[in-house]
Amino acid sequence: MGDHSHGSPENSGTVAKADDVAQDRFPDPGLPPHRPRLADRDPRAAKRHERQVALLFTISIIGTLFFFVSYFVLGHLGDMTFAELRVQNAALGLGTAFAMLGIGVGIVHWAKTLMPDHELVESRHEIRTEADRQDAVEIVDTIIEESGIKRRPLIRNSLIGAIALAPIPAIFMFRDLERSGKTAGEMVEQLRHTMWDTGVRLTRDPSGTPIKASDVQIGSAFHVIPEGLNEAEDVLNEKAKAVVLLMRMDPQEMNISEGREDWNVDGIVAYSKICTHVGCPIALYEQHTHHLLCPCHQSTFDLANECKVVFGPAGHALPQLPIMVDAEGYLVARSDFHEPVGPAYWERGQ
Amino acid sequence: MATTNEYTPSTATGRLANFVDTRVGASTIVKEFGRKIFPDHWSFMFGEVALYTFVLLLLSGTFLTFFFDPSMAHVVYEGSYVPLKGIGMSTAMASTLDISFDVRGGLFMRQVHHWSALLFVASLSVHMLRVFFTGAFRRPRELNWVVGGVLLIMGLAAGFTGYSLPDDLLSGNGLRIIDGVMKALPVVGTYLSMFFFGGEFPGEHVIPRLYSLHIMIVPAVIILLLVIHLFMVVTHKHTQYPGPGRTNDNVVGFPVGPVYAAKAGGFFFIVFGIVAFISGIFQINPVWNYGPYDPSPVSAGTQPDWYIGFVDGALRLMPGVLGDFSFVWNIPFPWGDNSLVLSVLLPALVPAGALFTVMFAWPWIERWVTKDNREHHLLDRPRNAPFRTAMGAAGVVFYCVMWAAASSDLIATHFHVALNDVTYWLRALFFVGPLVAFWLTRRICLSLQRKDREIVLHGREAGIIQMSPEGGFSEKHEEVDVYKRYLLTNFNDNQYIPAQPDAAGHISRKEKRRAKISKFFFEDRVAPVTPSELAAAKAAHGHHEVEGEKQDSIEK
Repeated sequence: MGDHSHGSPENSGTVAKADDVAQDRFPDPGLPPHRPRLADRDPRAAKRHERQVALLFTISIIGTLFFFVSYFVLGHLGDMTFAELRVQNAALGLGTAFAMLGIGVGIVHWAKTLMPDHELVESRHEIRTEADRQDAVEIVDTIIEESGIKRRPLIRNSLIGAIALAPIPAIFMFRDLERSGKTAGEMVEQLRHTMWDTGVRLTRDPSGTPIKASDVQIGSAFHVIPEGLNEAEDVLNEKAKAVVLLMRMDPQEMNISEGREDWNVDGIVAYSKICTHVGCPIALYEQHTHHLLCPCHQSTFDLANECKVVFGPAGHALPQLPIMVDAEGYLVARSDFHEPVGPAYWERGQ
Repeated sequence: MATTNEYTPSTATGRLANFVDTRVGASTIVKEFGRKIFPDHWSFMFGEVALYTFVLLLLSGTFLTFFFDPSMAHVVYEGSYVPLKGIGMSTAMASTLDISFDVRGGLFMRQVHHWSALLFVASLSVHMLRVFFTGAFRRPRELNWVVGGVLLIMGLAAGFTGYSLPDDLLSGNGLRIIDGVMKALPVVGTYLSMFFFGGEFPGEHVIPRLYSLHIMIVPAVIILLLVIHLFMVVTHKHTQYPGPGRTNDNVVGFPVGPVYAAKAGGFFFIVFGIVAFISGIFQINPVWNYGPYDPSPVSAGTQPDWYIGFVDGALRLMPGVLGDFSFVWNIPFPWGDNSLVLSVLLPALVPAGALFTVMFAWPWIERWVTKDNREHHLLDRPRNAPFRTAMGAAGVVFYCVMWAAASSDLIATHFHVALNDVTYWLRALFFVGPLVAFWLTRRICLSLQRKDREIVLHGREAGIIQMSPEGGFSEKHEEVDVYKRYLLTNFNDNQYIPAQPDAAGHISRKEKRRAKISKFFFEDRVAPVTPSELAAAKAAHGHHEVEGEKQDSIEK
């Protein structure tokens, strides 16, 4: 048994079989003998430790004073430069750090060097004794008996019914967490609509200046919001659905499916900027590969193929905004999106 | 009933103490806790770090509430941070900037709060790993393991609700992701999102709601669970590592007063000091750089706080489409199509769900497989429970692959590799990594156990090279002392338990499954050295040789 290195993976010689239970064990030798520390034997060492602890506490006092200096001398209210703020923040941090570490390290040093380091033994007790259990059972029986809940099922059952029903209003109370007062159907339906409509001009984000078709060169990309967004009632809510990316590609390179032939203007196309994965704005346009990339989870969409997903976790293509040119040469929407923008949801369907 | 000789203290302190004692019975409390024994080990400090960072969170968080205004009402910023002057933003964002720039020490408090939060969840996690790998969750501590797990979830909830409060661009995009995940839930998802945000995303209700959760509900639940957790620690008495003199029936360590109180109390100040140092020197969450939330812009390389990373990483790993197959399933119903958004549902719910389910159920799984329902107050050295250590390592790798995936874009840009390749590799690791980790960890544990056997049987390497008269070199081996030997040989080696028939003589299918798992876990095992084996080893090599007096080298 002593030579254990000649085994095979199946039988190493040391790996005991499940059935041979090791009966004999080494006896517990008890706690190892205590080794005295330097300070236990040498009073001078103890005195030295004492001074060290006091020094650490003094460092803490200095740290606290330093905090006050940083607070009142380095800092002043109003028009602090960013550099001044940084210095003050670092100084406050260092002051606090020294104040706290001085106390903490001092106390621990004190405990480790000067307080007794003899380990003590305490015995564990049963978590529950059998006598206690019997007493408890008796008490519970008495309580049940005196309440009469077992003998009077009418009381018990009606109480269960009442208690089961009572919390339900508390759940319905939360119906108005949705603050707009819309019906369930309206709530779902609003996800299908954005500010875009026939004739709404495409304007730059955030300035709101309209864009002429001639402004859009091949390879360029515009972050677009609908005209009038900045004056809308719920700017952020509308913007969260309506933001659009506008790009121009060589029409030869684009695959256009049936029904979308007139959705672009000479290769100028507009797609929803809201990722169909979980809704991050798709901020990156890679001109050479004409891929759009979402920086949050790296969903990648191919502009040449109507923004179909080519990589990453998004499950469906970016919705396209049909566009045209108005009489003054500005780009305008032909209609709203033909499908909901953003992440998929249960009621979305095809 | 008049007492003839009631105790009258002589000093002022004594009179005060006696007054309290005669009203609340403090003597009993002092008697119970004053010299209560706590075992000492560095790995027991992680739980303390969690407790202390939580205290720091309460302190710094209370300070922040005095200045923070969670309203989402639109304001134009007029504070002292020049680059954002005149920019429209929510009141929450503006007051966050005011705390940073116009309240002295406000930025420091924000940093203390954020760093403490990161450390809080980190120390909770490491503490749970310590408990898992040492088997401290076994009877009677299963319930405390569950309480700890819920505390971890509440820690995540606290972090998540707090992270969004400044209403800056980064956290706003985080909320947008939450909105997307909520909407993916079948049937209820859309409504859940509407109720959560008070209407369409982002609305102007979500920040105040998160605020009341963050400063009231979540901390209250954490404090409640914390009290239950510590109460159970006192009830059970702390576990201790195995070793000479330490048994299942005793506790060996230092008394609360003065040593343990001093060490633990001093440690609070050390944790405070370290957090203060980090907060003074290292900038975190500079919301003024991100700007206010706007649904249109986003910065590249966005990262969530570390503890949300594993879910975010899972979201990134999931492919949305494979060829022409989309993971958004459109299911036709009589009233129209409904969408089942598996591309979001699967990664958001399944890995985290599996991780937490196995974690919560593990004490019962282990008890079922090992048929070990005894009380355990002595911890396992992780090597002595190879199956458990291997399972834990598999879980850690599973978690860390997802966690790494949350930085897939940063990995790609830092190491100049293709983003897609990083994702492909991590997808493969997601499945293969845990298996490799399980296998490798188990082999390492078994090897370490064999090494322990060798040390007991053949002595430890003394580091002394001897030359024999023939000119051969060998290393002297010295027998380990009885204390070390006891540590190396005294462990609970779980063994394969074949399927057992029940009272009626049947072997149930469940029992057969248990036997299979038991076999898988315990077929390979290394038994502790027994005294008779040691005697045999000594006899084989000659007693004097084990003592290290002869020049013969130990056969390797």
